[in-house]
Amino acid sequence: MKRLVLVLALMLALSAVAGGALAWVLSAPKPRFSAAEWAALGLKGDAAAGRLVFYPGGCESCHQSPGQDDPLRLGGGLELKTPFGSFYPQNISSDPVDGIGGWADVDIANALLSGVGRDGQHLYPAFPYPSYQRMTPGDVADLIAFLRTLPGVHGRAPPDNVMFPFSFRRAVGLWKFLFFDNAGLRPDPSQSEQWNRGRYLVEGPGHCGECHSPRGFLGETDSSRALAGAAMPDGHGKSGSLRSGDFLSWTDADIVEALTSGFTPAGDVLGGGMTAVVRNLAELPEPDRLAIAVYLKSLPPLGPSATAKP
Amino acid sequence: MKRLVTVVLALACGLGAVWAATDPIAERRALMKHDGEAAKKLFDMSKGSIPFDLAAVKESLATLNDGATKSPALFPDNSKTGGGTAALPAIWQNKADFDARFAQFAKDVQAAQAGIVDEATFKKFAPTVFQNCGGCHQLYKAKSG
Repeated sequence: MKRLVLVLALMLALSAVAGGALAWVLSAPKPRFSAAEWAALGLKGDAAAGRLVFYPGGCESCHQSPGQDDPLRLGGGLELKTPFGSFYPQNISSDPVDGIGGWADVDIANALLSGVGRDGQHLYPAFPYPSYQRMTPGDVADLIAFLRTLPGVHGRAPPDNVMFPFSFRRAVGLWKFLFFDNAGLRPDPSQSEQWNRGRYLVEGPGHCGECHSPRGFLGETDSSRALAGAAMPDGHGKSGSLRSGDFLSWTDADIVEALTSGFTPAGDVLGGGMTAVVRNLAELPEPDRLAIAVYLKSLPPLGPSATAKP
Repeated sequence: MKRLVTVVLALACGLGAVWAATDPIAERRALMKHDGEAAKKLFDMSKGSIPFDLAAVKESLATLNDGATKSPALFPDNSKTGGGTAALPAIWQNKADFDARFAQFAKDVQAAQAGIVDEATFKKFAPTVFQNCGGCHQLYKAKSG
């Protein structure tokens, strides 16, 4: 009997160790590019082109220094309240100490595409790399070049205040193992170039789904109801559905107008987070906004979610 | 009997009116809806998608002025939730700024009312009226439905 207990205890201990080891292996940060791999791409970032990645990317919506109006001062520090705790977007200005001025291009690329920081640690997906990973390396290089032209801002954001178990960054690795689609975005050759451009902007830099797609228990986006509207992460109100309700009656021109001036067909003016989105998208050439409209209109309609608030 | 019915009906109507007057959420939502319709008309005209019509401009501006001047009083402390309101708690945390924005909106609308005499002056004043919408919605309105 004693021996049986001993054997059982040993087996339990072993499986705990094995499970722990497996979790440790599965949760390892996996940056997409080594320095050599990034260099081999031979990308010379173009800052002017990067400006047109920066605006749809909406970097400033979270990273802009609070209490001032310049979207190009990216000192970070705005509090983002979520069900998982408070996040404080980092200083991504070109300041060499407090910002990312001292980061190599490959470090910034891996943050955007893999959610891995310069020191090899996982970044929390409040930073929308699950969407940004769909950006092309060329766009990423251009964006980096543009960010390097922006002014340095002193000061660091407060540390994130995240609840257990995600207070351990390594736990983000398991989240990534379960939910992070690190596949990039391949153009669909059966669709038009315009449609593909629209999808790229919506799913990639535009990261529309980060607010417009409902999330599951662990904050993962529910791909079966992508862009169908969701409760806002801060708990105030909800994002509109782009696959049901009034939106289905909007024409391409209505969508382009809403993304340019904020005016909706009903005479409402888009508010909340969309105010900044509209301001940003208005920087794009009109064919890009039209491409977004064409892609959104192609999404299969869905009924409202049973769990959505009325 | 007829008299009784009349009295009851009159009372019911009176109660209904009182109820509407003490339901600031319903009242401000109705005002905002009219504002939206008026703003949409002005916006479409400014884009040239419907023809310029001075009388319609004046009427729409009067609607906006009505909304801008009546709305600040329709956000009492007991109207933070319910009734399908899209009002954010930030309104009551920054009541002075919120009221100041309505005052600025009213000022811009009244300047437009005084200054618009033809299509050229309409094009000049319309943008200053529109720019009030987004600033307030960004800070104080959340989509709820």
